[in-house]
Amino acid sequence: MVTKFKTTIAALAASTILATSAFAGELVINTDTSDPAPKAAFEQLIADFEAANPGITVKWNLFDHEGYKTSIRNFLTADAPDLANWYAGNRMLPYVNAGLFEDVSDVWDDNGLNESLASAAGSMTIDGKKWGVPYTYYQWGVYYRKDIFEANSIEVPTNWDEFKAAGATLTEAGVTPITIGTKYLWTAGGVFDYLNLRTNGYEFHMALTKGEVEWTDPRVVDTMNNWKELIDAGFFLENHTSYSWQEALAPMVAGDAAMYVMGNFAVAPLREAGLSDDQLGFFQFPVINPDVPLAEEAPTDTLHIPANATNKEDARKFLAFLATADAQTKINETLGQLPIHKDATVGDDKFLQAGYAMLSSTDGGIAQFFDRDAPAEMAKIGMEGFQEFMVKPERLDAILARLEKTRQRVYK
Amino acid sequence: MSASRASRFNQRSLAPVLFLAPAILFFMFYVIFPIFQSMQISLYDWDGLGDKTFVGIDNYVELMDDEAFYTSLKNNVIWLVLYMLAIPAGLFIALFLNQTVFGMRLYKSLFFFPFVISQVVVGLVFTWFYDPSYGLLNVILGWFSLGPVTILGDETWVTYGIIFAGLWPQTAYCMILYITGLNAVDPEQIEAGRLDNAKGWNMLWYIILPQLKPATFIAIVVTVIGALRSFDLVSIMTAGGPWGSSRVLAYYMYEKAFSEYGFRMGYGAAIAVVLFLIMMIYITVFLVKMYRDEKGH
Repeated sequence: MVTKFKTTIAALAASTILATSAFAGELVINTDTSDPAPKAAFEQLIADFEAANPGITVKWNLFDHEGYKTSIRNFLTADAPDLANWYAGNRMLPYVNAGLFEDVSDVWDDNGLNESLASAAGSMTIDGKKWGVPYTYYQWGVYYRKDIFEANSIEVPTNWDEFKAAGATLTEAGVTPITIGTKYLWTAGGVFDYLNLRTNGYEFHMALTKGEVEWTDPRVVDTMNNWKELIDAGFFLENHTSYSWQEALAPMVAGDAAMYVMGNFAVAPLREAGLSDDQLGFFQFPVINPDVPLAEEAPTDTLHIPANATNKEDARKFLAFLATADAQTKINETLGQLPIHKDATVGDDKFLQAGYAMLSSTDGGIAQFFDRDAPAEMAKIGMEGFQEFMVKPERLDAILARLEKTRQRVYK
Repeated sequence: MSASRASRFNQRSLAPVLFLAPAILFFMFYVIFPIFQSMQISLYDWDGLGDKTFVGIDNYVELMDDEAFYTSLKNNVIWLVLYMLAIPAGLFIALFLNQTVFGMRLYKSLFFFPFVISQVVVGLVFTWFYDPSYGLLNVILGWFSLGPVTILGDETWVTYGIIFAGLWPQTAYCMILYITGLNAVDPEQIEAGRLDNAKGWNMLWYIILPQLKPATFIAIVVTVIGALRSFDLVSIMTAGGPWGSSRVLAYYMYEKAFSEYGFRMGYGAAIAVVLFLIMMIYITVFLVKMYRDEKGH
């Protein structure tokens, strides 16, 4: 009786294990690439990988963006896939610290990625080890309405004075210089990053987001004062606190606003809304302090092996495949973004070419983004402060004092 | 003889326990146990993934010095007070609908409609209504050459804007409670009131309202609960912004514990404990009243 009971239990346990664990040769990938272009890009990538590796079948679970941010924490601990996408820099730090991402330095060493992906090596390294493989990045900068600039005979501004003059001309013509929607905060983080990178440079940006500099530091105040000049001159869209970044595209499409400080992903919706390439242009954020080398923002998206994955061997094959020049060329052509591999070909698109030209000549450094370089809590309170500053610039001292208080707690 | 008496005694005392056991077990497991678990977690520093570090009452100390906490607390109070408007508004509509006119059922269901649709939809509808450039509100204000106002982007107005959106379904809820209550009003008492020359306001205040007391009590209960768990509207309409000025405690707790930039489980739990204590005041009042009423009968 007892033995029979035991065998039943054993059989039950065995069947449960069979049901949950993947079969050999099956590779489980979780991603949040649910927008049309990223989805197509991953479909293509997986099909190509399966063709190149007969015997491995890929099981792909697609999540929506917001849901993914919470579910990744659950599936990394409880029911880990073999691969999961995430972001470089500080955003992966909690998972690396909690021992949930696999060290993939061997994939980097065996496939010569240290040379071919050199530009992103820094943002993938924590404690001297590599924790994933980057597959795409995209530039940030100023997207603008070429036709409105031409109609008001404005040249593309390259320095601070020209930039302010361009804004003044636009305001006079009844056009809001910069559109922005700060409801979800991060757009304000982008503007802050660029003002700060141009005022104080990349090293300062990194020191600030790493918590090594006080928020009440005079250099931060310089950045904020530059920002205040723009705010006082009426540079930014009114009521921006009510809009998401997509809603803020509307004034630009309608011709009520002329510029948008944004990432390259804004191009696709602007084109869909009917703007042609003759109407839409891109320029590098203008110089503020000529002594500071130009640095840019280019957030990197990455793929990781969870530490609890079952099929790590095939997952490594997939990472190696993803890191090849061909795979990166192909995936980024569909994504409309930039490949990281140095031998990969950049798509023909004029914005991609412009971004590629800008980033490959950047000598100041490449930042991820405010909320990817700074720890989550600091990022949230920081960006909230930026939003408040954009509406109530007179509260600068109180805002900076609050950020400093947060810094002292978060980084201790 | 004595044996059978003992077994009957056992049946009498055991049966209620057995019948209550499933409910009590689930209540213990899903309600009581998590409360104590939250209290325990609130004493730790924990990101939900790694090791917990015991920090004693540090989370509470930090909470007492947190501007965002006081903003949320203040908003919670505003919610509690203004949400009560749903009760007189619901009563008014119920009285208005309590007549026999052709198609009254249709009107009643139309008035009840906002309570049936999801809070998320209510939030979206009002977000568009308030939209500073294209929203209906500003179009209407424009006719009187007023505005535009940015209700959801202005720290002074945002909470009131969200509460107003919340009142829409809550009024419908109170209305349905009162309509049911009005059906139970004794026509003889009204008749007697009429004979004594009670009309309008006096009739309502002295004859109708006392009979609606049970409905009013339930309406207060659900409205207070509704106000304290006002999470979905805040999340949909503003995500707590601008710069956190429309946060309520429930939303702040979510933000600290589960949102993209959060994962401070201990701090979130500390907020939850404070919210629980606030609710506890109300629950105690409620229980005492229930106890007294039961005893009175």
